[in-house]
Amino acid sequence: MTIERQEIEKLATLSRLSIDDKTIAEVTERLSSVLSLVDQLQTADTSSVTGMERPFHNAQRLREDQVTESSQRESFQAIAPETHNELFSVPKMIE
Amino acid sequence: MKWETVIGLEVHVQLATKTKIFSGASTAFGAEPNSQACAIDLAMPGTLPVLNKQAVNYAIMFGLAIDAEICQNSVFERKNYFYPDLPKGYQTTQLDKPIVGPGIVTIEGADGSDKAIRIHHAHLEEDAGKSIHDGDLPHGTSGVDLNRAGTPLIEIVSEPDISNAYEAVAFAKKLHSIVTSIGICDGEMSQGSMRFDVNVSVRPAGSSVLGTRTETKNLNSFKFMEEAIAKEVERQIDILEDGGSITQETRLYNGDTKIAKSMRSKEEANDYRYFPCPDLLPVLVSDEEINILRASLPELPDIRQKRFVSEYKLSDYDAKLIASDSSMAAFFETAATLSKNPKLAANWTMGELSAALNGANLNFSSSPVTADQLAGMITRIADNSISGKMAKVVFDAMWQGEGNADLIIEAKGLKQVSDSGALEQIVSDVLQANPSMVDDFIATDESKRKKKLGGFMGQIMKASKGQANPQQVNKILLSKLNKLL
Amino acid sequence: MHNKTIAELIEGLQKKTFSSVELTEHFLARISQLNAQFNAVITVTAEQALAAAAKADERLAGGNAPAMCGVPILHKDIFCTDGVRTSCGSKMLDNFVPPYNATVVDNFVRDGAVMLGKTNMDEFAMGSSNETSFYGPVKNPWALDCVPGGSSGGSAAAIAARLAPGATATDTGGSIRQPAALCGISGLKPTYGRVSRWGMIAFASSLDQAGPMARTAEDCAILLNSMASFDDKDSTSVDKLVPNYCASLNNPIKGLRIGIPREYFSEGLHPGTEQAVKKALANLEGQGAELVDISLPSSHLSVPAYYVIAPAEASANLSRFDGVKYGYRCDDPKDLQDMYCRTRQEGFGEEVQRRILIGTYCLSAGYYEAYYGKAQQVRQLIQQDFDDAFKSVDLIMGPTCPSPAFKFGSKGDDPVAMYLEDIYTIATNLAGLPGMSIPCGFVEEKPVGLQIIGNYFDEAKILNAAHQFQQSTDWHKQAPEGSL
Repeated sequence: MTIERQEIEKLATLSRLSIDDKTIAEVTERLSSVLSLVDQLQTADTSSVTGMERPFHNAQRLREDQVTESSQRESFQAIAPETHNELFSVPKMIE
Repeated sequence: MKWETVIGLEVHVQLATKTKIFSGASTAFGAEPNSQACAIDLAMPGTLPVLNKQAVNYAIMFGLAIDAEICQNSVFERKNYFYPDLPKGYQTTQLDKPIVGPGIVTIEGADGSDKAIRIHHAHLEEDAGKSIHDGDLPHGTSGVDLNRAGTPLIEIVSEPDISNAYEAVAFAKKLHSIVTSIGICDGEMSQGSMRFDVNVSVRPAGSSVLGTRTETKNLNSFKFMEEAIAKEVERQIDILEDGGSITQETRLYNGDTKIAKSMRSKEEANDYRYFPCPDLLPVLVSDEEINILRASLPELPDIRQKRFVSEYKLSDYDAKLIASDSSMAAFFETAATLSKNPKLAANWTMGELSAALNGANLNFSSSPVTADQLAGMITRIADNSISGKMAKVVFDAMWQGEGNADLIIEAKGLKQVSDSGALEQIVSDVLQANPSMVDDFIATDESKRKKKLGGFMGQIMKASKGQANPQQVNKILLSKLNKLL
Repeated sequence: MHNKTIAELIEGLQKKTFSSVELTEHFLARISQLNAQFNAVITVTAEQALAAAAKADERLAGGNAPAMCGVPILHKDIFCTDGVRTSCGSKMLDNFVPPYNATVVDNFVRDGAVMLGKTNMDEFAMGSSNETSFYGPVKNPWALDCVPGGSSGGSAAAIAARLAPGATATDTGGSIRQPAALCGISGLKPTYGRVSRWGMIAFASSLDQAGPMARTAEDCAILLNSMASFDDKDSTSVDKLVPNYCASLNNPIKGLRIGIPREYFSEGLHPGTEQAVKKALANLEGQGAELVDISLPSSHLSVPAYYVIAPAEASANLSRFDGVKYGYRCDDPKDLQDMYCRTRQEGFGEEVQRRILIGTYCLSAGYYEAYYGKAQQVRQLIQQDFDDAFKSVDLIMGPTCPSPAFKFGSKGDDPVAMYLEDIYTIATNLAGLPGMSIPCGFVEEKPVGLQIIGNYFDEAKILNAAHQFQQSTDWHKQAPEGSL
């Protein structure tokens, strides 16, 4: 399995990673190598199984609808990159 | 060419839980920014979700209310995209195995006949936070308030069974009525408790192929939704009639400026990369749990409407109007039961009281006039203690907080005069004081005399300060005039 | 003092032979003296440690203190520690000081253990050599030019170098067992759901599991007694009674049926490693265990399945690192997209970015079924292999990794070469089974690990076999030169 440069660019956009032109060839080569490894999956006969998402088939536990958290805004915002008037501050979003 | 409109709705309903869907932080409206965003809501590293039982129960109750199949093994998935108001970088939602399967919501179409709108499914998910773009913000920045992040929602997805804006609004109002009646949503549209995404396409009348659709997102009032659909249908027809084609896109409608625009600014095609959330296990629901919820389900508006017709002898129209709003219905039932006069209770609830509440931006649960007070007033109308006209004065006084009807009638001296001796005296006085009117009455042809009675009535009511019982006065007046002929 | 096991330290503390403060001072001194050559510890919390030790001494004086009371340990820097930087080995979290503790950390606080500091690791636990850490590689105390393994290389090296008697670690595809093997110590990855994941920074949520590292199996049992708990804050935590893992250590292993999967002794296995493992198996046979030849036919698919599932989950788990709420944000972003892309490109290292891209690819439209869907099916095949095997055996044993510690940079260019390092360990993560590595010999003067895999929640059985092996061998007592 090889992967095209444009595909890498699309993946980078989806994952919000900027990949510069210098490294894209290397990234492409290494990803292709990993994808050749995972392509071995295609040889498996999986007609007998449905798929497994997690080790156990337990049920989700449900929590009572009780307020257990009080405001910790100060301690959380103390470690935020940028805040203004109690809001997390980010470069302007275009609507 | 004649065109046909095809509409499907996606409705986001905020569930009236005390806490978030995956955390124990409060969902109360109007708190200070970020004061209700806990470590889980902020997606702090290492934090994990635990599902709120009440949110699951509310979703199941909705499913039962629309006769849908409940998925007994529903699964949460991650929908991946980046946005500052989405702290984890994915929304936890449901896709392949939503908790509520196909169901039906019946609406009344523009011609008054019933129409079934199919529900494709309804799923549980978390709300995002709020992005703030204006106000006191440093230049070039937006602010993010994550209080709303993690608020439980059900997203109700309809089939494209809706044919026009009228039906879309009827459908939305019906959903509003259902979710508030069963108590799973507060229904406060102005606080974003219900939001609508509208998928609209048009096609030549009679065609069986669907046209390209657009999605107008995040409409938070029935009125805006109606306007947005009307505008979008018109826009699409204009384009098609000019030989153009519709672009599949997401649009935004601004209810204040009445302008709709495309959100095409982001060129990239979205690829949400859904996959089952490994932090949450399948939600298993037993038959027993479903049965318990079914038994506890409050009365649905359609059933309530039928009951109002049979139990209180209301007209279909009145019953429907009152039954659709659960707090109005509860108010009506109390007033009707206490006053033993459902007809008057219905008239006053739908008429004077509704108008007053609307004018003051209040609802039935916060009405300054209680059902008890209204019933007291209706009792006095029914026993002829006050006239309809006086009742309006009493109602206004009750609205102002002056106490119950009897107190006001007493204090303001509004009691109707039904003592025949006193009434005979007033009528005689008026006839004596207006000889020319009496002469005119006698001179009038018999067939037209009835019209002349109004003048006497006006004088008599004036003389009695409006307290004379009109039916009694009418009787006395006629007999006195007849004697003069 | 630093050559004593945790069991011995507990005895000394309880008998007041030495105090926790003395013990803590001793290990803090060793860290400040020796850590520079290993780079195993990246944050030292001397002040808090001494305060905790003083408190532990009070509890010890009062009597009835829990076993771990006063014992100094290190935490892998993947566990959130209230008020102490938790970096996960990444520039992204270099400035991150959480205002909360992981449940694992809280459990040790509850039992009076003393945190000496935080250990180095591969960035976001993605690596098998500790070369991906933002804080530089950890050096293997047995051979300073070789890797300690990863991702829990800091914890493993610190124990081997006697900088601490025990440490916490995590294992997503072998990250406890492989570094334990390469550093000549003992390390246990419990059953998925046995130890809470709350406050443990997620790599691949359906595979991640925390576990103990120490020099002996007995010490691992003592640590697991504190670590394991049901936690209602973690939906995947299993509500099952935690046994006393020390209680069954001395049971005889006569009649124990040990499965030897032939797939674990095929090409790619270093002959020296094979010889050491076979010798260890012979020892157990000598104690009355029965060796049973078994097959795990889907073994060869575990690495490919893992490198779909783990990156897919990671690609979503790492989306929260976006420069908005905490952690690194790039300088002077020109707009929102620039902030996202540069924050993540500058904040994440190369391997982390590679795995995000692979995960994104495997989940994207058109590829989901062929990769993610298929990998889930293969995962089930792998689980069925184990289910079948455990019908006829009590434990499964084989090598932990194909060869002893390798030189820095030797698996540099091709990521796949590094991924194959976990070829014997990954399957147990996919199945959710417990697995352990204990020292069983040396090759080229570097340690070799014996892997012991148990059925679900059979940690006690694994620890029992490991302890019995250690009662009749002294591989676990060997110390690297620089640590004496």
